[in-house]
Amino acid sequence: MNNMEKIQELRHFLARYDLPQDRPPLTLGHPQADAVLGGGLRPGVLHEVFAGNWSAGGFAVALAILAAGTKPLFWVRPDYEAMEYGAVSPNGLLELGGDPRRLIVVRTRNAADALSASADILGCPHAGAVLLEIGGMPKCLNLVAGRRLAFAANESGVTVVMLREGAQAEPSAALTRWQVSSAPSRADDDDWGNPVFDAALVRHRAGGLGHFLMQWNPEHAVFTTHPGAVVAAPAHRPAYPQERRAV
Amino acid sequence: MPRLPTDRLIRRNGAPSKAPLVVSGKSGNALHVHALEARAARLGLYKGQPLANARAMVQPLAIVPADEKADAALLEAIADWCDRFTPLVSLDAPDGLFLDITGAAHLFGGEAAMLAHVTGLIAKQGFAVRGAIAGTSLAAHALARFAPAIVPAGGEAAAIAPLPITALECDDKTLRALRHAGLKTVGMVAERLHSELSERLGKSFVTRLRVMLGAEEQPLTPRRALPDLMAERHFAEPVVTQDAIAAALLGLAQALSEILEREGRGARLLEAVFFRADGKVERIAIKTGEPLRDPKIIMRLLNQKLDALADPLDPGFGFDLVRLEALLAEETRPATISFDHDENARRQIGFLVDRLSVRFGYTRVQRFVPQDTHIPEAASAAVPAQDRDFGPETWTLKRCPDDPPRRPLRLLQKPENIEAGFPLAPDGPPKFFRWRQCQHDVARAEGPERVAMEWWRNPGLTRDYFRVETKAGQRFWIYRDGLHVQDQLAPRWYLQGVFA
Repeated sequence: MNNMEKIQELRHFLARYDLPQDRPPLTLGHPQADAVLGGGLRPGVLHEVFAGNWSAGGFAVALAILAAGTKPLFWVRPDYEAMEYGAVSPNGLLELGGDPRRLIVVRTRNAADALSASADILGCPHAGAVLLEIGGMPKCLNLVAGRRLAFAANESGVTVVMLREGAQAEPSAALTRWQVSSAPSRADDDDWGNPVFDAALVRHRAGGLGHFLMQWNPEHAVFTTHPGAVVAAPAHRPAYPQERRAV
Repeated sequence: MPRLPTDRLIRRNGAPSKAPLVVSGKSGNALHVHALEARAARLGLYKGQPLANARAMVQPLAIVPADEKADAALLEAIADWCDRFTPLVSLDAPDGLFLDITGAAHLFGGEAAMLAHVTGLIAKQGFAVRGAIAGTSLAAHALARFAPAIVPAGGEAAAIAPLPITALECDDKTLRALRHAGLKTVGMVAERLHSELSERLGKSFVTRLRVMLGAEEQPLTPRRALPDLMAERHFAEPVVTQDAIAAALLGLAQALSEILEREGRGARLLEAVFFRADGKVERIAIKTGEPLRDPKIIMRLLNQKLDALADPLDPGFGFDLVRLEALLAEETRPATISFDHDENARRQIGFLVDRLSVRFGYTRVQRFVPQDTHIPEAASAAVPAQDRDFGPETWTLKRCPDDPPRRPLRLLQKPENIEAGFPLAPDGPPKFFRWRQCQHDVARAEGPERVAMEWWRNPGLTRDYFRVETKAGQRFWIYRDGLHVQDQLAPRWYLQGVFA
C-alpha cells in the first residue's frame, strides 16, 4: 500500500469517525426546520446556540427540554453567568414546559470547570441532556474542548446544547449552530401569544441551512410555525455569509 | 510537655548561647515566669516566679514574651501527629495531650512499650516530655506532672495518694483551706469523708477528686469526630510515589469495604488521612449521596478529589501512615441487583451527582424544591442535590393551559432599577424603559399582577408586576414598587426577570 492509499484510507476513517452515530432524530414540530435537519434534532451531538439577544436562552432551554425527554436535565453554568444573566428559575422552567423535579443545576467556578463537568455528565447515558451556558469567549473553549464534548455525547447518546452569550462564532465541533434572537409574537394586535424565536440555522455539518420563525408551545413541548413578517430564507443559500469561513 | 513554650523557641531559633531562656507571662500588671528551659530550672528558677526575682537571681537571662497562640497551634499540630497512635486524642491545654489507648496498646507491644515509643518520638523532636498511663484522664494528668508511672487499672488511688495537694490543681482558696486543715497529700484529703469535703469545698471538688482516684469515669472530648469504622496501613519505609500511595489507598478501600460489608453498612462520609513522616497530617473528606462500600467507586471519588485539590497532596519525605475512615456509616439495604431499568438509572444518576459534588463542591450541584410563598424570588429553594432524591414535590403551574409562560425563565439576582417612561394609563405599564444602557419600547404588556409582600417576613411595598414584550419581541418581567397613588409622581420601576 503506498502513501496515497494510506492517506485516503485515513481520510475515509476520519470522515466516519467524526460524524455522529445515527440515532433517530427528535421532531421539533416545525416542518421546514425538521426537513432541513433531516427529521429533527439529532440526539447525542453538540448543538450550539448563539444568542442574538435574551430570548436565545429560551430557545436553548426548549431544545434541551426536547432532548432530555423524561430523563434529568443538567444545566451547567459558571458563576459569572448568574451575575450577568440571572439565576435559573425552576418555576420559569415549569412554565416553559420543562420539569423542575428533573432539573439539576451545576454551578462551577469558571468556564473550564463547566466544560469538564459537562464532559463528566455526558459520560453517563442515563442523563437526559446537558445545557452548557458559557458567556463570552473563554480561552479554554477551543476546538479541542468542543470536540471532546461532541465525542463524549456521541459515545453516550446524551445531547449537549451549548448556549453562547456575548460570543463570536468560531470553528467548533458542533453539528448545528443556531443564531437566535427574539421575534415579535404578533405584528398586528395586542394579544399575547407564545414566545417566538427568529432562529437562523447558520451551520449544519450534515445538511442544509435555513432561517425560521419558530414559536415554542410550552403545553405540548413542540415548536410550531409562525406567520411572521420575516420571510424564510431559501435553504440552499446561507443566511450568514461570513459563516462560510467556519470549519 | 512541661517546657512547651521554650522548646518551641529553641526548635525554631536554636538554643541561646549563654543566657538561659525564660518565657515571661503577664498576670495582672506583674510579669512572671511562664515557662523556662532546663538550664534555667537548674539555676533555681521556677514557674510562676515573679520575673524581677528571676532577673535578680540569674544574669544574663534571655527573656521572651509568651505567645499563647503559637503554643496552642503547636499543641494542635502535635495532637494531629498523635492521631497515628489512636483516633481518640484530646487536648489537655496548655501543655498536655490525652491519648485514649484503650485497645491500642497491644499494637505497640504493651503499655510500657507504647509509652516509651510515644514519648521517645516526641522527645526526638526536641520536646521535654513526661507521660503516664492511668485509668482516668485526671489521674494520668496528675501522675504525668508529679510522678510519671504506669498504673494498672484500679491502682490509681494508691499511686496518687502520696502526691502533694498541688496535684489537685484547685484554686488558691481551696489550697489554703486544705493546708489550714493540715492536709498535705492527696491521700490525706481522700481519707476525709466526702460529705465533709463537699460541704466545705463544693461538690465539683469532690467529683474531681473521685475522678482522679479512679472511682469515677470522666469521658474525654475527642478533637475530631470518631470514625465509625476505619482501615489503616503503616509503612516501615515512608511512601512517596503516586503509584504507591494509590496502591495503598486501594488496599485500604478494599479492607474498609470488607468491614462495611460485614456490618451491613455503607459510608456516607469518608476521610482519607495521610500522616507525613515529618508530622504533617493531610485530610481529604468525601461525602456521598447514598451509603457506599464499593472499593472501586470509593477509589474513583478519592482520585477525583485528589485531582481537584487546589494544592496537590505533597508527600514531602513520604507518608508513613495512611488511614481511611468512615466517619459516618449507615445501614444499607442488601445489595440486590435490580433488573428494573428505572432503579438502575436512578442509581447511576446518584453516582453522577456524587462525583460532581466531590469535584466541584457539595453546594454547587443543586436541585430545587418549591416553597410555599408567592414572593417570586423566594418561590423555589436550591438544595444540594446529594441531599435530595428526585422528589415527589408538586410544582404548580401559574399559566392557564395553552397560555404563554407567566413566570420568567431567569430571575436576576437582584431586581434592577430601570428608567421607565410615562405610562399611558396612570396605573399601567410604561411605554418604554431603559435597562442596562438599552432602550426598550414596549409593544404589548399584560398585568398588573399584584404581589403583596409578606409583612411578617420581609416588609416591603406591594408590587404590580407586568409582563412586557418589546418591539423586538423580547419579554421582560417588570414591576412598579408600590401601588399607584395620585401624588406619587415618579414611582420606581424594577426589572426582575427575563422570559424566553
